[in-house]
Amino acid sequence: MSTLPASARYDALIIGAGHNGLVCAAYLARAGRRVLVLEAGAAVGGAAITQEFTPGFRVSAGAHLLHLMPARIEQELGLSQHGLEMAATHLPTMALHASAPPGTEAPLAWAGGAAAHLRPPAGLTPTETAAYSSYTAQLSEFAAALQPIFEGTPPRLGTKAWSDKLSWLRLGWQVRRLGRRHMRELLRIGAMNVFDLLQEHFADPRLQGALAFDAVLGSNYGPRSPGTVLTLLCRAAAQRVAGSGGLRQPRGGLGALSAALARAAAAAGAEIRLETEVAQILVNDDRASGVRLRSGAAIQAAAVISNADPKRTFLELLGTAHLDTGFVRRVHHLRTQGMTGKLHLALSGVPRFGGLSDAQLQGRVILAPSMDYLERAFNSTKYGEYAAAPTMEITLPTLSDSTLAPPGAHVLSAVVQYLPYALKEGWEAGRQRCLETLIKALEARSPGLAALVQGAQLLTPVDIEQRMRITGGHWHHAELAFDQFYMVRPVPGAAQYSTPLPGLYLCGAGSHPGGGVMGYAGRNAARQVLAQRGKP
Amino acid sequence: MNSAPAEQPHYLKPLLKSPFHQCMRAFSQLDSFVPWAGYTSVDVFTSVEQEYFAIRNSATLFDLTPMVKYRIAGPEALAYLNRLVTRDVTKIRTGRVGYCVWCNDAGHVIDDGTIFNLAPGEYRLCTGERQLDWLLDSALGFDVRIEEVTEQIAALSLQGPASCAILKRLGLVGVERLAPFAVGQFTWSNMELTVSRTGFTGDLGYELWLAPRGATDLWDALMAAGHLRGIRPIGSRALNMARIEAGFLLPNLDFVSAERTLRPGRDRSPLELGLAWLVDFGKGHFTGRRALWTEQQRGIARQLVGLDIEGTKPAHNALLYSDPAGKREIGSVTSATWSPTCKSNIALAMVAAPWFRTGSVMWADIYLNRELVWERRMARAHVTTRPFFAPERRRATPPADY
Repeated sequence: MSTLPASARYDALIIGAGHNGLVCAAYLARAGRRVLVLEAGAAVGGAAITQEFTPGFRVSAGAHLLHLMPARIEQELGLSQHGLEMAATHLPTMALHASAPPGTEAPLAWAGGAAAHLRPPAGLTPTETAAYSSYTAQLSEFAAALQPIFEGTPPRLGTKAWSDKLSWLRLGWQVRRLGRRHMRELLRIGAMNVFDLLQEHFADPRLQGALAFDAVLGSNYGPRSPGTVLTLLCRAAAQRVAGSGGLRQPRGGLGALSAALARAAAAAGAEIRLETEVAQILVNDDRASGVRLRSGAAIQAAAVISNADPKRTFLELLGTAHLDTGFVRRVHHLRTQGMTGKLHLALSGVPRFGGLSDAQLQGRVILAPSMDYLERAFNSTKYGEYAAAPTMEITLPTLSDSTLAPPGAHVLSAVVQYLPYALKEGWEAGRQRCLETLIKALEARSPGLAALVQGAQLLTPVDIEQRMRITGGHWHHAELAFDQFYMVRPVPGAAQYSTPLPGLYLCGAGSHPGGGVMGYAGRNAARQVLAQRGKP
Repeated sequence: MNSAPAEQPHYLKPLLKSPFHQCMRAFSQLDSFVPWAGYTSVDVFTSVEQEYFAIRNSATLFDLTPMVKYRIAGPEALAYLNRLVTRDVTKIRTGRVGYCVWCNDAGHVIDDGTIFNLAPGEYRLCTGERQLDWLLDSALGFDVRIEEVTEQIAALSLQGPASCAILKRLGLVGVERLAPFAVGQFTWSNMELTVSRTGFTGDLGYELWLAPRGATDLWDALMAAGHLRGIRPIGSRALNMARIEAGFLLPNLDFVSAERTLRPGRDRSPLELGLAWLVDFGKGHFTGRRALWTEQQRGIARQLVGLDIEGTKPAHNALLYSDPAGKREIGSVTSATWSPTCKSNIALAMVAAPWFRTGSVMWADIYLNRELVWERRMARAHVTTRPFFAPERRRATPPADY
């Protein structure tokens, strides 16, 4: 960089080696920048990480399936050359039935394969099948129209810059291209809740529950919460951006993806230091000038890019003294408490769910038999409790990848939706009882499962906050909602990856387009940093 | 103070009454009170003119209790204040008072006030309107305690040439050594009395701060001590004439708080308000700094200036034109008065570039109501320096014995 002070060794420091930080590092390094990634943990990956939870048993401790990572990023960074291998792709989805005794009623089953979610699942009535086809056809049109939102840097409001105007024009054109009927429908449903939308389309509670589950997954929402059609559209648009791989499982878990990203970044020249915790972002003459490590050492750089969540970045690492009160107020008000946890079980054999085959169990099994079931589970969380009837996305990664457990043994990895961040009795006291509730719920769907359990781990939002260093433990870093979305994500003044402090950038899930192992926040941030070249 | 029952809805509650309320009522010929920051406050006791002349010729008492007061204390109180306001608070030493403004992120003024450095880590911020919300949000990340202490402190402004002599007569030994913007602690009648050489008149004057229980005794003692020097209580209208002569700004008249404006473009920056001397870009970060720096580089589009207008009729709310025909509008008057002391027709006005330069000539469109017939005058005006009135005695230490 032409403006690089003589004392600076690096063009860019990246705080945190989460997948977005690594993506950002790789793009910057490939553009010829001298990049240093500082990771507090012992391994790269952040929330895309594989960890041992019981001796001999490893699991993707955060995200456990890959379905939003764009093929474009994988290709541009050459991840397959850097060792990324898929244990399975195009995984199927099963939605368990509500009340029928296990084995007596087949779950809804989406077959795997390309664009699997667009094809109706087996087990629907002909009317529902037709409704599903028209619903998904419309949803994919909307997803296509919203695609530009997910690929680029959000435009700013009220500027005269052509780049901002072009972004608006492109989005406007995409929406206008839908035609009058579809555009009107998109505007009608855009701010609705997913409960009402799915009631309009379907009668089958299993189908409603499974579709609503994907709309609320990872968020503080029940199906009746406003803004849940937005999250549904986001997921659909992001999946479309991702390409045709469907639900995928990297060999070695999500940590293998992070390792491949790290190798791609390193091959391009980026340096990655593990167990190196950043204590403070340094400021010199109203510009981010580097970081101070927990060890006390200072490292100078022309740009500091934070993969940490916005609250940690601004309120802790930078400090409010370098920011304006109004901006701090907005960051402080960000909704960042997570409601999603993880359950990991070490099993001595394969559990059986209803009549599901091994091939079907390789995919994900959704325990969200109806929208009311989901809403009730959500209700308890609002008041600091977890649901007696929990809702989960269950996977058995060892069916596709035997490297994760000893021979013959298996791992169950479940995303548990609706675990409150602030449990009334406190997680210290409530953890064991919650774990038992979850295993009991699984046992009810899979008799004999409890007897297979060799070891168990429950990661609550508080655990995620502490282990993955995400304030509030929210896997999107900040709630995905209209007031924290696109050009106001995470907050106005920091929505284009740059921040009010010159030289400081954001590249994490708190930035657009949000969480999920996607990588666009890191890629967009890198582009933004590169665009600033030569500017004071 | 407020004896309203708890169940009474807030909009039916009477305004708070200052601890000086009964004293003021006894002196008020008009029994006229107006609201100010949740209190009743006197606008006129007898006549605006008599009260004004007392400010410039003898001594006056004005009840400052409704002025909103915040205690700002803690190890990071100084760092907090320096991030809050635009001036360098490290330069306000212990025992000193400083005028200041604070801005929002866009560099637009939220309010002005005075910072009292009472002791290390112990400050008081006085402001015309309540600001707790902004002050607390500004405290995120700082080890500082902020509490509103308005009702815990009775405050009285003693202004006028004879003010120092009256305080000496009251028995405040050494009060004459207080320099302008200094604050000192005194014991009076077995009570702690804080005296600052500050005021809103641009004249020799002091502000007295004490516990409310001593309020009426202090009032009576000051009235007795100043009796032979013509002391009298004044209301806000006479004070307003004096503050225009002194060139001081009044929120909601000369600018609207950036937290209150609804229409775009109605906010004002300190640079636009002619307060560039209060903005210290070299002290480190403060809220609004980046926006103000950009504005300073770009140059301001308008500025608040003092006007000297021909004639004797105050140019209240007058629009300003670059030409006597009134074709090109270039600003408007925010505060205006006939200045009896300067014998000139003065005003504060927001004027567009480049007309805000000292010496620029413009025309004020003045409307006069003459026995219910409206007449319109185009009066020639020119930009002049502020303050309009700045007597030597306001700075002299010790002050002469008037």
